Amino acid sequence: MVEALNISEKLSSDTLAHGPKIYEKDLETKGVITIEAVSKVFSHPDGSLVQALKEVELNIESGEFITLIGPSGCGKSTLLRLIAGLETATSGSLCLDGKPIVGPDAERGLVFQNPYLFPWLNIHNNVAFGLKARRVFGKEKDEVSKYLELVGLLKFGKVYPHHLSGGMAQRASLARALINKPTVLLLDEPLGALDAFTRMNMQDEILRIRSEKHITMVMVTHDVDEAIYLSHRIVVMTPTPGKVERILKVPFPRPRSRNTPDFLLLRGKILEILHFAGHLEEPPYQI
Amino acid sequence: MRTAEKAIDEVQLCTPCEAASSKAPKEATTTCEATCELEEKTLETSETSLVAKAESKSRVNLVGLLNSNRTVISILLALVVELDFAASGKQPPADRPYFVYFLLISLVFFTLFPLLFSSRKSILEKFREKDNFYAASFLFLNVLNLLTGKFTVLPPIFFPTPDRILAVLVEDFHYLIIVCLGSSAKLLFSGFFAGALAGLVTGIAIGFSKTASYWLNPAIKILGPIPPTAWIPIVLVAFPTTWTAAVFLVALSVWFPTSVMTSSGILNVQNAYFEVSSTLGAKRLYQIFWVGIPAAMPLIFTGLFSGACASFLTLMTAEMVGVKNGIGWYIHWQRQMLSYANVYAGLIVIAVTFYSLITLFFKFRDRILVWQKGMIKW
Ligand SMILES: Nc1ncnc2c1ncn2[C@@H]1O[C@H](COP(=O)(O)OP(=O)(O)OP(=O)(O)O)[C@@H](O)[C@H]1O
Ligand SMILES: [Mg+2]
Repeated sequence: MVEALNISEKLSSDTLAHGPKIYEKDLETKGVITIEAVSKVFSHPDGSLVQALKEVELNIESGEFITLIGPSGCGKSTLLRLIAGLETATSGSLCLDGKPIVGPDAERGLVFQNPYLFPWLNIHNNVAFGLKARRVFGKEKDEVSKYLELVGLLKFGKVYPHHLSGGMAQRASLARALINKPTVLLLDEPLGALDAFTRMNMQDEILRIRSEKHITMVMVTHDVDEAIYLSHRIVVMTPTPGKVERILKVPFPRPRSRNTPDFLLLRGKILEILHFAGHLEEPPYQI
Repeated sequence: MRTAEKAIDEVQLCTPCEAASSKAPKEATTTCEATCELEEKTLETSETSLVAKAESKSRVNLVGLLNSNRTVISILLALVVELDFAASGKQPPADRPYFVYFLLISLVFFTLFPLLFSSRKSILEKFREKDNFYAASFLFLNVLNLLTGKFTVLPPIFFPTPDRILAVLVEDFHYLIIVCLGSSAKLLFSGFFAGALAGLVTGIAIGFSKTASYWLNPAIKILGPIPPTAWIPIVLVAFPTTWTAAVFLVALSVWFPTSVMTSSGILNVQNAYFEVSSTLGAKRLYQIFWVGIPAAMPLIFTGLFSGACASFLTLMTAEMVGVKNGIGWYIHWQRQMLSYANVYAGLIVIAVTFYSLITLFFKFRDRILVWQKGMIKW
């Protein structure tokens, strides 16, 4: 079963490398995000205006893994919060599966850098929160243990959040978002606070969940390696005003290696776009 | 030379093995003897050292016993003073030797308690820790007895003997506890729950609704700081009975801190929790009851606690001014009659009652707030 999944994953990644458009064609096409000419202007308390996003255009396919990368203040979180419905765009339109996004909804899960587990609920009840809020807890009680198991926290259901390590807390918040079976999962630097090893484990975990549940994922990260390791496409953003600078396709098959020459070349290219490459020779061929 | 060295070796061998099995010194001696039975001379040396050790240990045990039960000694001392010293005769005697009864009951309690709970280490540990405090308390009663009953250094009208105070508690039990305390409790609970409920409602409204905040906040800020007892002249006129007036005053004194703390608790909840819950599918009403209020719980309890303390004060004042019943009124009335034994008895009842209420309150709070970091003390 697991092998079969891996193979289908590989195949779909391979088709991805060749055909630009359709990913995992035979699965239902939900979770398509269309962002058209979206701008966001914040007014600060002192009266000054900040253009956080300017004319952002982005189309995200069903089941695609997109990472947003760029320097601090380029509007990554703002874009994510717009998709989540926590902010409203100053102009432009955001749609999910053709329907305009108005306000937050359980179909668009969000995981922050800080796990924000509810400290007054134990882990089991934290994960169950979405079910209860949507009034389906009676029917779907058993889901809680399933999702706790998915993130390896089955034994910690009775524990309160302040007893968990950072990685465990983040996994719990992932389970809490996933239990609603969202079509889109938005991740705002979810692994930013974790050590390198926990981080790589979590990356694999996220990939596993994505392939199992067929969820469109949009993730903000500051880690170029992470972006290349995870995504189908990388959206490179630049600040003042925040805009999409370049969208790069990552054509590598999965499961990916972090050490192939192509990987390092793409890494160099992204850093170059962000002007962090240091002194870099142009690669002799195009990736 | 060689044997002497060996003897020293043997002694050194014996001591740690004795120390290790301090619970069974007999066994230790026999095993030590076995190892020591190599040479006669060494045997002698080690045996003498063992005897000396055993002796010093039994002395330590006696001192340890005395040390671990200072309360009992203090009680015995108080008993000796009460029974052996003649009263000065300046204080009217009680009908029965209540102080002796009290000391005897305490003596039985404090000697039996460690025996009854000898298997429950944690309870015993707590009990031992408080030993000094209990001992000092009985010493205080003892000194008080000396100053009032025996030598009567203090004016007898204002400082009755412990005997007489206990006599009031026993002989006036029905009136003091059932009638007065009962009436106070009825007033206190009616006022407290009415005030707490009103405070929670206004606090939650201010926390979640801009309109409520606009209208209620200034009202609370202006009216809240007025001490509830300052309303007495108006309230006594405005309410049909003094009892309802007193309930209102108690409620008022609980309402203000509860309301302020509840609203500020809710307003201080990190917005991220509301955002997270909304992306998980929670609607407004669900967020109010399952995010806002639980997150504000620590501050709500702080408000309720200040409210409870304020309500005790208001209750006592209200009873001394208007209501013709209750424990506060009892004290006021007895003071006017210069029956200070009754006044002290009333104070003791109040202290015990309020102490128990506050303890119960904190137990309840700790139950609700188990999730708080560093709050796992029961
Ligand atoms: N609620 C807000 N009010 C005012 N300005 C805001 C608000 N949120 C974001 N901004 C501004 O919008 C810009 C983009 O912010 P955003 O948080 O999206 O950046 P980011 O790319 O996520 O940065 P980082 O990598 O540091 O998280 C910043 O200049 C910020 O000051
Ligand atoms: Mg950000």
